[in-house]
Order: sequence, then structure tokens, then C-alpha cells
Amino acid sequence: MSLESFLYMGGYAVYVWPSYALTAVVLIANVILPVLQRKQLLRQISLRQKREKR
Amino acid sequence: MSVIPAAVSRFFHRTASSPHFYALADRFIPWLTAIFILLLAAGLYGGLYLAPTDYQQGDSYRIIYIHVPAAWMSLFIYVLMAIMGAIALVWHMKMAEVMLVASAPIGAGFTFIALVTGSLWGKPMWGTWWVWDARLTSELILLFLYLGVISLYGAIEDKRAAARAVSILALVGVVNIPIIHYSVQWWNTLHQGPTVSKMGKPSIHVEMLVPLLLMAVAFKFYYLIAALQAAKLELLKREASSQWVKTLLEKQA
Repeated sequence: MSLESFLYMGGYAVYVWPSYALTAVVLIANVILPVLQRKQLLRQISLRQKREKR
Repeated sequence: MSVIPAAVSRFFHRTASSPHFYALADRFIPWLTAIFILLLAAGLYGGLYLAPTDYQQGDSYRIIYIHVPAAWMSLFIYVLMAIMGAIALVWHMKMAEVMLVASAPIGAGFTFIALVTGSLWGKPMWGTWWVWDARLTSELILLFLYLGVISLYGAIEDKRAAARAVSILALVGVVNIPIIHYSVQWWNTLHQGPTVSKMGKPSIHVEMLVPLLLMAVAFKFYYLIAALQAAKLELLKREASSQWVKTLLEKQA
């Protein structure tokens, strides 16, 4: 099977690929967002602790 | 409680301690991620490439490999949240509260995926993006329940009180779960009946079934990874000024 016919999905490409793309976006966001927020929070906490030490 | 053996109770107390849980999550996440990626790769390869084209639905049916596992997860995570809600209410276990709250956005994500991919599948097969039938409507209510848990928790300042409130909401909302599951049997609907769990032989070709099951297990592992990440954040938010967070930061510096 050629790449072209694979991507064509028997004519249903406009339904199949957006489904997969949306799933990828939602799943990645639900992991990345808490990780980024945690890093930011850790930075804030460590800044506060340094201030308190002085 | 004397009914619970000492060893079991010791295990729960240790797992329930925040620094212990945090370290445990860090240790497990790389392994869970590796297993998830392997299962996902196998499931996608099997589902999008190896599995034969459906004789009725053509290649549009390949949406099944995310639609059905996502819909299963949307129910599974809600039931887990209700169980954790019960544990949080009865034993006031902090980790149950944290895991409940951490699970809600992931469950909402899967419910959203199930609804949208269902719509994208429905358009070419049924000729419509949406119908107000029992299966679709009850799944939409599930999305609102998840969003309700998220916003109720965010709205209450005192996090212990907030956790009690969302525990009750999660428990009350669980009546929706059997309604979703049996909706295709109880009511006339456009949505097709169960394909996999049907008594006796599932009405699906084995080359189509195996990738579906692989994706379902992959999503379970994904849930664990995402929930642990969210739980770590929630623990830090709640206990920002505690000693163990201080020690953690000193170790990282």
C-alpha cells in the first residue's frame, strides 16, 4: 500500500485524521499542562523560601 | 480500625503520606510511559495499517480505535472517581481526594474525545453529526458531570471541604454510568449495539479486535501517567509550605 492511499483512508481521510489529531492534542495537553504548572509552582515555592531565609 | 490487618493499614498509611507518594510516582512514570508507547505503537500499527477494511463502513470504521477505548475510559475513570469519593468520605484519606481531583480533567478529556470522534464517525455513516438519542445525550451529561467536579473543586477555597463536595458529586453522578452502558439496549437508537462485550463471540474480526484491545490497555496506562502527574501537582499546591516540599527543593537544588 502506498503512502498516498494510506493517507486517503478510502475517501474518509477528512473524518479519520481529524479524529486522531484531536485525540493526540487532548491527551498530550492533559500530561504536559500539569508538568508545566508543577515546574512553575516549584520555582515560586523556592523563590519564597529564599526570601524567607534572608 | 481493628478489622483491617496491621500490614495492610501500614501500607495504606505509607502510600498515603505525601512525600512517599510523590517519590513513588516519580519512580513509576518512566516505566508506565515506556509500556504506554509500546502498546500505542502496536495498537496504531494494527488498527490503521494491518486491520482489513470493513466491508460495510470502509476505512471510516478505523475511528473505532480511539472512539471506543476513549468511551470506555470515560466510564472507567468516572467509576474510579466515585470509588475514591466514597473512600475520601468514609476514611478521610487525603490521597483518595487528590486522585479524585487529578482524574477529573483526564476523564473530561476522554469524554470529549468520545463525543467528537463519534460525531466525526456519525457524519459519514449516519449522515448526521449529532442526534439527541439516549447514548449520545447520556455521554454528554457525563461530560457535564466531569466539568462540574472540576469547577466545584475550583470554586471552594478550603480544599478539604472542596474535596468532600466533589466526592458527593462524583458518587451521585455514578447513576449515569449504567444508563450510558445500557442505553443502546433500553432505547431505540442510531448508535450501534455492543460489538466486543456481546455474550459469546464478539462480532468483530480478530485482526480488528486485537488492535482495539491494545488501544484500550494503552489508554489505561495513559490514564495512570496523566493522573500521577496531576496528583503530584495537586499535592504540591496543597502542601506548598510543608517540610517535605522544602526537603524536595533542597535535594533538587
